[in-house]
Amino acid sequence: MHTLQKSLIALGIFASMAGLSGVIATDSAMDQPSITPKAMADALHLVMDSDRTIYTRKIVNRLVKKDKVITASEHFEDDKALVLPAQMFRFGSELVAQRAESMPEVNFSYSLQSLWPVNRQNAPKTDVEKAGLKFVAENKGKNYYGEEKLGGVNYFTAVYADTAVAPVCVSCHNGHKDSPRRDFKLGDVMGGVVIRIPLDS
Amino acid sequence: MPSDKGRRQRKLWLLWTTTSIALIGALVYLMTEGENKQFFMPGPMSDGHHQIGIACESCHRDPLAGRTVLQQACIDCHGEERRKPFDSHPRSKFRDPRNADRLESINALECTTCHVEHQPEITGANGLTQPVDFCVHCHADIGTDRPSHRGMDFASCADAGCHNFHNNRALYTDFLLKHLHEPDLLERRTLPAREFASMLEELPDYPLSDHPRRQLSAADADNDRQPSLDAGALADWAQTAHARSGVNCSGCHAAPDDQGEKSAWNDHPGVQACAGCHQLELTRFERGKHGMRLAAGLTPMTPAQARLPMRENADHLQLTCTSCHTAHRFDVRHAAVEACLGCHTDRHSLAYKQSAHYRAWRRELAGEAASGSGVSCAGCHMPRVEHDINEWSSRIMVEHNQNATLSPNEKMLRPVCLHCHGLGFSLNALADRDLIERNFDGTPRVDVRSMEMAETDLKRASQEAASAR
Repeated sequence: MHTLQKSLIALGIFASMAGLSGVIATDSAMDQPSITPKAMADALHLVMDSDRTIYTRKIVNRLVKKDKVITASEHFEDDKALVLPAQMFRFGSELVAQRAESMPEVNFSYSLQSLWPVNRQNAPKTDVEKAGLKFVAENKGKNYYGEEKLGGVNYFTAVYADTAVAPVCVSCHNGHKDSPRRDFKLGDVMGGVVIRIPLDS
Repeated sequence: MPSDKGRRQRKLWLLWTTTSIALIGALVYLMTEGENKQFFMPGPMSDGHHQIGIACESCHRDPLAGRTVLQQACIDCHGEERRKPFDSHPRSKFRDPRNADRLESINALECTTCHVEHQPEITGANGLTQPVDFCVHCHADIGTDRPSHRGMDFASCADAGCHNFHNNRALYTDFLLKHLHEPDLLERRTLPAREFASMLEELPDYPLSDHPRRQLSAADADNDRQPSLDAGALADWAQTAHARSGVNCSGCHAAPDDQGEKSAWNDHPGVQACAGCHQLELTRFERGKHGMRLAAGLTPMTPAQARLPMRENADHLQLTCTSCHTAHRFDVRHAAVEACLGCHTDRHSLAYKQSAHYRAWRRELAGEAASGSGVSCAGCHMPRVEHDINEWSSRIMVEHNQNATLSPNEKMLRPVCLHCHGLGFSLNALADRDLIERNFDGTPRVDVRSMEMAETDLKRASQEAASAR
């Protein structure tokens, strides 16, 4: 057989096998239930936001403002008071990060940030965070989605508006001595929840 | 035929190979089977770990494992102090991708980034081997964020009365403001009362079925297996909380096993007998310098092994529970002062009996002052703290790890000083090294600026709030 013919046949067989394996891989992937990073971030945020809203309205606001049986304080241990809603959110975020370390397949992180943070460490740092927080503050009801590379890893980053859902949110931020903004009103966007999901395997 | 030179070379190669193999074999044997591995030690141990230097495997648990195992060894002994009462810089914070750039400046994920062992020439206070201005890696713009901090040297962040990397919440601004203008000496001065005997029924690990609560007298003593026991020991026991709580002779000398059966009589029960009821105390004891050798599976610590000045006649003593509490009598008042002074001879210890603290202690012992108003060695160095028994309950117990609040000494503020003194006075006193050596006999000559800075910051915030209105 001519050398050219042999090469063409070999190439054909290779292409055919490659195509077949591609089809198998695609079929196999299609068999697996999958979720997009955006859908996952949206679902995570729905849970976080609902839990926090319930804590704020049905525990903090009710017991502090309505029933007046206890206070809520940033220094909850010294003051024997309820944990602030934002602190509860942060503690949850830290516990998730701590527990997820031993679960390599569970890989995401989240934080609460603001353009007007009481603690300056919670101001946006990355370009996506800055753009996202600005976007959700200026476009009420809309989320922001972007991608960024941090520490050599590509991330899908979603930013969701964090809104003042109860009077305690407003009174606390407006009255805090370290707050850089003191004119918040109920319903205002006070900051944002940033959720990050790595895109690299 | 090889030449003479060739034969000589071959012999030399053979000699080199044999010697190398023997040497490697000897090293491998020493590393894996040898009892004393100090031959491999790269440098002297720090003050914190020198007692257990011989127990290399306490930290180097697997010579082939990576840094994760080493990190876990740190956490196993220091993790609880790291987490409680509050961890300002948790690992989770630095694992957050948004802080990836900070990790490139300083790897805050591993203890050994700041606390390297075997490097005495660069080891400073608190075992720190990083330059003391390490805060600058993440807080370079603190002068902008907090005007009160503008122009301050980053080497001063951890100065007395200021910041603690591991628990920066201890002295937050609102706490300083809450304690502004307090008197040096508070009107009410009492240490918290211990909780143990009063809550035996609530302690999940206390073997109440082995020791039903009832008052025992000498006539009830179940020392029938040791009829030669001297009457003094029996009389001592009858006066103790043990007798009052139903803990008989066999409770320690024939401690019940896991099935509740009495074990063989032991004339000299060890610390494990105490642990049957006081496990938490023993665990804390083993975390400190008094007991850390026991935790490492070594013989008990002796004063001869200490780096602090100790009495020569105490060199041979072995530190276990009964070293301080004494057997049978278990006198906590003896354990709180005389037991300490039986070994320690540094200037601070020797000055104690000339101090106002000791005078208060004498008044309490004489019944002239309320219980808890005296200040013993243990009152400060083994404070009565609320310790979590589990997720749901806690009890006030004596902190048997006397190192837990020792360094930096501001850790003593909340559990110790503030029970009797104002915060401003306490901050100044703890920063005055000379006053500490005189065992606080006198008034502080150091002025810590923290309170003043908090007040200035409050004025600044009030002005900003007023102008916003």
